[in-house]
Amino acid sequence: MTVENDLPGVRRRRIKVGRRVLPYILSLPALLVCIGILVPFVTAAIYSLQRYRLSQPWARKFNWGENYLNFLSDPDFWNTLKVSLVYAGTTVTLELMLGLGIALLLQRRTRFNNFVSIMLLMPLMTAPVLAALMWKLMTNSGFGILSYLVSSVGIQDFRWASSPDTALLTVVLVDIWVYTPFIMILLLAGLRSLPSQPFEAAALDGVPRTFVFWKITLPMLMPYILTATLFRLLDSIQQFDIIYAMTQGGPGDTLTVFQVEAYLNFFQSTNIGRSAALMMILWAITFVLSNIFIKNWLKLRERAN
Amino acid sequence: MYEKEKDLVHSFLNGRLSRRGLIKRLAGLGVSATAAGSLVNMMATNAMAADFDWKKHSGTGVKLLLNKHPYTDAMIANLDNFKQLTGMDVQYDVFPEDVYFDKVTAALSSGSTEYDAFMTGAYMTWTYGPAGWITDLNEWIGDPEKTAASYNWDDMLPGVRKSCAWNGQPGGELGSADAKQWCIPWGYEQNNLAYNRNMFQKAGLSVPTNLDELVDTAAQAKASIDGVYGIGVRGSRSWASIHPGFLSAYANYGQKDLNVGADGKLSAAMNTDVSKDMHSKWVKMIQDSGAPDWSTHTWYQVGTDLGAGASAMIYDADILGYFMNGGDNKEAGNLAYAPFAANPAADAPSPNIWIWSLAMSEFSKKKDAAWYFMQWASGPEHGLFGATQMDFVNPVRQSVWADEDFRERLDKSYPGYVDMHDVSAPGAKIQFTAQPLFFDLTTEWAATLQKMVANEVPVDEGLDKLAESVNRQLKEADLG
Repeated sequence: MTVENDLPGVRRRRIKVGRRVLPYILSLPALLVCIGILVPFVTAAIYSLQRYRLSQPWARKFNWGENYLNFLSDPDFWNTLKVSLVYAGTTVTLELMLGLGIALLLQRRTRFNNFVSIMLLMPLMTAPVLAALMWKLMTNSGFGILSYLVSSVGIQDFRWASSPDTALLTVVLVDIWVYTPFIMILLLAGLRSLPSQPFEAAALDGVPRTFVFWKITLPMLMPYILTATLFRLLDSIQQFDIIYAMTQGGPGDTLTVFQVEAYLNFFQSTNIGRSAALMMILWAITFVLSNIFIKNWLKLRERAN
Repeated sequence: MYEKEKDLVHSFLNGRLSRRGLIKRLAGLGVSATAAGSLVNMMATNAMAADFDWKKHSGTGVKLLLNKHPYTDAMIANLDNFKQLTGMDVQYDVFPEDVYFDKVTAALSSGSTEYDAFMTGAYMTWTYGPAGWITDLNEWIGDPEKTAASYNWDDMLPGVRKSCAWNGQPGGELGSADAKQWCIPWGYEQNNLAYNRNMFQKAGLSVPTNLDELVDTAAQAKASIDGVYGIGVRGSRSWASIHPGFLSAYANYGQKDLNVGADGKLSAAMNTDVSKDMHSKWVKMIQDSGAPDWSTHTWYQVGTDLGAGASAMIYDADILGYFMNGGDNKEAGNLAYAPFAANPAADAPSPNIWIWSLAMSEFSKKKDAAWYFMQWASGPEHGLFGATQMDFVNPVRQSVWADEDFRERLDKSYPGYVDMHDVSAPGAKIQFTAQPLFFDLTTEWAATLQKMVANEVPVDEGLDKLAESVNRQLKEADLG
């Protein structure tokens, strides 16, 4: 006879019900979070299928895929797509290279390296919009320190974010200043957690450092690199604050990335349908990118195991 | 209060004594000018209570959504008088301008009942009105039960008052007989010249009187004054770069943003020959003598550069020049003002205007009480208080502009300001065509100007492309 059979019937039934309900109770917070995400997502998806301008409420109707079809022949949309991808690709590539370089320099656990790595995190603690405003002042043609430095090395009339030729470079620099520490700290944690045996064996065999870097360090660090890239890429393709605070998407259409375009469409033009369609396309891009990165990350983990 | 002082104030309120005479006599009795102003304001409040039931909503509270602005500061400084007059309570949230209109859009589009009245620009009502978010105020203005006789609606400057009224028809004339009064003017800005007198004197420059002269004078200022650029105008990628100096000059050439057809359909009007010529001059002016980082300049940079002595003059909101002539600004006291008609053939300036206004939320549960606040805040007594005691410029009431003390104060510290206002006020109005795509089209216009200044596109081609895009958007929205 088991202990369970000794229990009175009512209590036994309660335990059975409890066991059946427990998984649902445990998953309730996740469900609530899902609802919190899904409701606005579904709402945006519905809006994206509508002709919906707040200033023309009488004309609101379902136009199904018309907002999306209009994008095909809309040069502004293709410009937005191009600028967003170029911005994300450039910032993430440069930040990865810089972040990895700094992490390699700070790999050894010394007091100085620990202090420097903490200090390097400071820009990450600055709100991006504040960082953008700081840079806007530093690049001001009249009194900006960066404008002064650039002119003192003989480059006259460098217009930073004010010129279509250098606007992208300027906002990329701000992005790098803010977010390189994020990649650096992730990769530094990865470097410091790598097993020491392969490196010791390579040192004993007198393997050149470049070979160690390309054949041992980099492959072993790849899961961390992929994670950092994924996070930064998703964030970067959704960039808003730095670009909007510095240029509002200009000069011309130089920096009209997805979020800036969607924001202007929603809050300024109150064109809800177009704004929602832009955001749905951005979501699709981030979804595809996430899938690619997660699949590769899982493959690497399997290989490591 | 002593009887003599009381008698004097009563004489003033009954029109037997001018404001200046009152203050002089009060000074003779040992009352300072500031104290006299407060005294008059308080007595005026008491006088208001005599001919209208201001206590009707006593005990009711209203909540306001406000932009951080000197007009708001003036209202808050005088708010106790309103509370005393009506027995009402007033709560308010104040937000900086960068986020203010996002907050308004969010509050109104969600149908929130939190705010009863709010600050807005007249352009915004072209969205808020058709969306059903704000109330037509004609019902209140025309009702003697709800509006005091002393409110004197006709005292509002006609161009300003009409600019806040629209019948909701795309292309419909502002202030037409069937127009809805979507908002009440509170304070407004004309766009004219503000210049640095010292710089002009040292460089031997004359004040320009048309666009050709402006282009030349700006270039001379840049060439002759070290470290200074010639002309400050807005350039950021925003509708806000189009509406001040640029559209004022454009309208002065008799040009329009849109044509309204006999069938009511709209079409782009900015690619005419005259428009192309005017655009070419404007673009050249910025390229030759504008701020090096012009394309990121909002009103803030335009103003602070003038105040800091980085620019020789601005063609922008007159009140921007007003505020830069005081405070801690390096060039405080050195600025002067002039009316500006861009077109040499024009008789007078025709500035486009920005109007900070008060609107009533359609979702308010206390509309009558909210109107009491709105009529007090936009009434002649508060207008005079703000103009004489605070920095409530430009007032929207003719009676305030006629006040001798106000004019004298302005003339003394802001040379040319009164004359500038008087000359350009008759032609001052919103020069845009009222229609729901206002922000789309003007933002694209600003982006096109940026491309022209950056030599990414020639002026002719840029304007043709802009017109083509505008027509496509109008068609998509069933407006063209």
